Amino acid sequence: MPDTHTVSGAGVTLVEATPAPGVPPVPGAAETSRGRRRRSAPTGRPLVSHGRRAPAIGLGIVVLYLSLVVLIPLAAVVWRSGEGGASGFWHAVTRPEASSSLKLTIGASLLVAVVNLVMGTAIAWLLVRDRLPGGAVLDTLIDLPFALPTIVAGLALLTVYGVKSPVGLNLAYARTGVVVALLFVTLPFVVRTVQPVLLELDRDMEEAAASLGANPTVVFLRIILPNIMPAMAAGTALAFARAMSEFGSTVLISGNLPFKTQVASVHIFNQLESDNVGGAAAVATVLLLVSMLVLVALDLLQRWAGRRG
Amino acid sequence: MVKVGLRVTVLAYLTMLLVLPVAVVLWHTFHSGVGPVLRALGTPAAAHAFQITAVVTFYAVLANTLFGVLAAILLVRYRFPGKRVLNALIDLPLAVSPVIVGLALVLVYGRTTGTGKALAQLGVSIIFSIPGMVLATVFVCIPLVVRAVAPVLEEIGDEQEQAASTLGAGSWQTFRRITLPAIRGALAYGVVLALARSLGEYGAIAVVSGRLVGRTQTVTLFVQERYQNFDQQAAYAAATVLVATAVIALLISRLLRPKELAR
Repeated sequence: MPDTHTVSGAGVTLVEATPAPGVPPVPGAAETSRGRRRRSAPTGRPLVSHGRRAPAIGLGIVVLYLSLVVLIPLAAVVWRSGEGGASGFWHAVTRPEASSSLKLTIGASLLVAVVNLVMGTAIAWLLVRDRLPGGAVLDTLIDLPFALPTIVAGLALLTVYGVKSPVGLNLAYARTGVVVALLFVTLPFVVRTVQPVLLELDRDMEEAAASLGANPTVVFLRIILPNIMPAMAAGTALAFARAMSEFGSTVLISGNLPFKTQVASVHIFNQLESDNVGGAAAVATVLLLVSMLVLVALDLLQRWAGRRG
Repeated sequence: MVKVGLRVTVLAYLTMLLVLPVAVVLWHTFHSGVGPVLRALGTPAAAHAFQITAVVTFYAVLANTLFGVLAAILLVRYRFPGKRVLNALIDLPLAVSPVIVGLALVLVYGRTTGTGKALAQLGVSIIFSIPGMVLATVFVCIPLVVRAVAPVLEEIGDEQEQAASTLGAGSWQTFRRITLPAIRGALAYGVVLALARSLGEYGAIAVVSGRLVGRTQTVTLFVQERYQNFDQQAAYAAATVLVATAVIALLISRLLRPKELAR
């Protein structure tokens, strides 16, 4: 217990449990609005919000704004993808170029999700439990992929891992290059979901287990892992969803070779450029569907973790 | 032993993935001095790109700030049917690919669509011009201000607001004198996040802008276009400006992050 406090006291930044820019609410991150509501209710603070009816004009503005910018346009994508009927849709997404881009995207995203699951947890562990000199700098650095424009990330990766690589590693126009780009942009997700849970974890249990003779491996597997598992899963799902939809960072390094390095969003972009709007909409609908599934899974996970916690 | 292994693995991973690429961009930018960098940034094309980015970012962040505060107040202080749906919808833009954002807007506001034609008759063009780029940027930034402000609104409660209205303050007066000062920090935090996101948007902008050099080219589009036209100095110079902006935004957001969010 004292250990945790010293570590978190060493750098104020280490205590932060907030998802960085771009991380949606996840289980375990106590600051999410839903989580907070759930927590604040039992404290007895009157939630007057349940008593007042929303003013129609304010609600009208919010709904209109969301409809014009988000809902109607997204509905138009789905609508357009269905214009040729079910067979037209199926034909559009199974064209060799489309299906190979979808397969590459799903495969690469799964791989990226697994790497993030392992490395993200390791990084979070290092930030919370290891008194690493410069830990606060490292902690700030983790958010860089969220703040850095994706095209700049792509340019930076192509510069280091391109044809004229200063480290002698040429990944340009190869699938490995795509995976590296996706790893870059998804780096913060697992770290930022696991870190707060790890911080709040009670060390007493671990000490009790250790004093009863459990070795560190057993303590990790039986005590720590079950506690951080929901957060790990949530972070991995977010990283997967982000990898599925990534565009900017893969544009330069992939070289955009159909059947080889072309990811789904780049494929959509190309179809749009060559005026195949229907084909673009069909592949886009598949991606939207996958995103929705991930969001629903996350919501279920959140409730499940909430019930357990 | 395990500890050392973990340290080495993590540090090597972060160095290869994060530190080295960014450092090499900086090195590429400055390896022949500051003069060429300033010259590359001073060209009319570069200056124009910065101007377009500034205009688009300004309107998008302004719109999302107003929307964000309104939506956060509605979600936290009021009840209405469909509240859960609205709450979920606000996070939706984070899960949508930027290219799909662009595609979606083109399908509704493009020149060949009914809406686009009707707007064109009124003399308004959305796609391939600034309004469309603002719309695209608004789309991708929607959750940022709402999610920064809502937890703080919840935390401060509404006792003071109720006291103010009991004493005869109107709702605007209550908002300006009580609510706004209380959420100032969180609002600034959300605005910084939205600014950083807006400045760096690439995919959605690439679709809706038509990438018209000298007309709708933003800084991110400029980086890509210059790089692919073998004008590396300009591409790296503009990229370095974006890196610097991102780092500054990151540091400011760390300072501004409300303590309600940092527990």
